[in-house]
Amino acid sequence: MTVIGLYQAGSSVLHRIPAGWKLLGMLLAIVALVAATRPWQLGVAAVLVAVGFAIARIPFRVTWAQLWPMRWMILFVALFQLIFSGPERAIMVCGSLLISVAIAALVTLTTRVTEMLDVCQWLLRPLRRVGVDPDRVGLVLALTIRCIPLLVGIVRDVSDARKARGAGFSLRAMAAPAVVRALRSADAIGDALIARGVDD
Amino acid sequence: MAEIRFTAVHHRFGDRVVLDGIELNLSQHRVGIVGANGSGKSTLARMINGLIRPTSGAVTVDGLDTAAKGREVRRRVGFVFTDPDNQIVMPTVAEDVAFSLRRSGLTKPEIAERVAAVLRRFQLHDHADHPTHLLSGGQKQLLALAAVLITRPDVVVADEPTTLLDLRNARMVNDLLAGMPEQVVLVTHHLHLLDQFDRVVVLDSGQVIADGPPPAAVDAYTRLLT
Repeated sequence: MTVIGLYQAGSSVLHRIPAGWKLLGMLLAIVALVAATRPWQLGVAAVLVAVGFAIARIPFRVTWAQLWPMRWMILFVALFQLIFSGPERAIMVCGSLLISVAIAALVTLTTRVTEMLDVCQWLLRPLRRVGVDPDRVGLVLALTIRCIPLLVGIVRDVSDARKARGAGFSLRAMAAPAVVRALRSADAIGDALIARGVDD
Repeated sequence: MAEIRFTAVHHRFGDRVVLDGIELNLSQHRVGIVGANGSGKSTLARMINGLIRPTSGAVTVDGLDTAAKGREVRRRVGFVFTDPDNQIVMPTVAEDVAFSLRRSGLTKPEIAERVAAVLRRFQLHDHADHPTHLLSGGQKQLLALAAVLITRPDVVVADEPTTLLDLRNARMVNDLLAGMPEQVVLVTHHLHLLDQFDRVVVLDSGQVIADGPPPAAVDAYTRLLT
């Protein structure tokens, strides 16, 4: 699993629920978390989310990988809240934050990108009247997601090439070839999209 | 097979002449195009599905002018690029293949059925939900090919599809291309891959310098390089 390859194939009930309902459920759950006032309420929410991960059969290491990057932010927020608002508030804020991220991760891990995009396109349909093309917006979102690993690869290649030539860090030496390669890739992707009938 | 016709085709990028008076009629099942870097072969290949319009002259596919009827031509002519990373749009394998059918008018179950069939054909069915950027180079090129073939084109144009692959993957992709029922136009530097082809066109400095069955045409190209 990587930054982009979040979807975990499966056939659980959570995988089968339509993306729109999952997104709505996520929204309502996060609103409820923000409205929670007692730590026991967060405890119940945490248990429910854990049950959700179990139902979806998401391996623990995958779940952990979603939450671990939050550690510094949680720590910073916890310290801030402890100093200015007290321990109960720190638990409420950090707990809500952590559980909200876990809920979002659960939705992402059990929903294909195309299903998410279908929901986006459906939501954007009313904007057709003002000239917004939902299909095109969906394609842009898909391409944005797809291009992240491509750009990461380009930056890594440029960085490796710089190291191989024994050069020290230089923003210009890094940015210039990376931008040129990214623009070339953009041109090539444009051609490929035309070849795949995107202008139809 | 479709009839791909180049009539008095000239093309230039700025002052540089890339194609110079090309006259070709390609109607064989498997056609190879070879030439040194800068000989114009990729430009010629891209003209077949209207990605590049000739500066003068005309390219037609079964009578359809690729400059004027680009969309219609592209529905009949699929294109496989050198770097599959540029051709893959969606984050997972099955989603990318399905992307090719998004405006086909097929229902979701029909699309899913066709996607499953084409993934089985290319032995990618075990990777259906796999992130595309984590595939090997060979698997990515197979995916690119699968995404083209699912639209059932009459012609597949492949521009150096094996250049970035190791020998094993290159052979696999080439065997698939050579064995396809669809008409194939393959641009390549790997001359040994053309043994099974019906016709080879050799380009040099934007002109056709040899054209015929593989042994004779490949010999002409080899002599040109030595």
